[in-house]
Amino acid sequence: MKRAATLQLTAPGEREIVMTRVFDAPRQLVFDAHTKPELVKRWLLGPPGWSMPVCEIDLRVGGKYRYVWRHDREGTEMGMGGVYREIVTPERIVNTERFDEAWYPGEAVDTLVLVERGGRTTLTLTLRYESREARDAVLKSGMESGVTASYDRLADLLASTPARGRA
Amino acid sequence: MQAAYRLDTTFAALAHPTRRAILARLASGEASVTELAAPFAMSQPAISKHLKVLERAGLVSRGRDAQRRPRRLEVKPLAEATQWLERYRRFWARRFQRLDALLDELQTRTTKPGDRR
Repeated sequence: MKRAATLQLTAPGEREIVMTRVFDAPRQLVFDAHTKPELVKRWLLGPPGWSMPVCEIDLRVGGKYRYVWRHDREGTEMGMGGVYREIVTPERIVNTERFDEAWYPGEAVDTLVLVERGGRTTLTLTLRYESREARDAVLKSGMESGVTASYDRLADLLASTPARGRA
Repeated sequence: MQAAYRLDTTFAALAHPTRRAILARLASGEASVTELAAPFAMSQPAISKHLKVLERAGLVSRGRDAQRRPRRLEVKPLAEATQWLERYRRFWARRFQRLDALLDELQTRTTKPGDRR
């Protein structure tokens, strides 16, 4: 059938993370999967145990999007959102991203580029952070618990604040 | 804390194409500054400056030969940085695998497979 596609991930320059991945589908579908909430909710998830109860997308330049992930058992939530800066259907989206509980400083700008050839689509996603520190913080989080990273930070903060214990 | 700091230094050191090229060269064996400078359109002092950054990050060390002072690659910090990248990559790889499955589903729903172009 199809060979397993590999994800190329590099951290070139000082502030960027670049991902490249080929999908066995026309780019309109890949574009839809990034812009239609009912589809985004199906795959843009965190580690197992997390769902995405909120996914709102106002797909126009200047329009906002908002994602909220929830840990189904613990009920903890993590939100993220931003603004669309460029939309070229079905080939390019530029948007900002910022987490509710900032676990990296500032805002990032995400650029999604889709190139179709012979019915297959190459996706290139570039995440550009405000600083090297922010980019490295994201890499170091591993996103393994992308969604729990902010809670780790909170735990660190609580641990370093003598008057308060951990909840 | 120490490890986190070192990682910052590692990523910073890796952020420059010349430094990555120097590391790639050292991966095939130790080399003197002159040897390292040869393939680059760059002065020796400029190369030395890059080497200093790599040495501070612990990515490069100096060999015993006092005359040639050959530089060699230190793999440990590099392996650490690669590990972080790999963890992050795996996170996204899983997401994209889910996207594969979704795209398959959408295609079988809308078109017959194999009849595109």
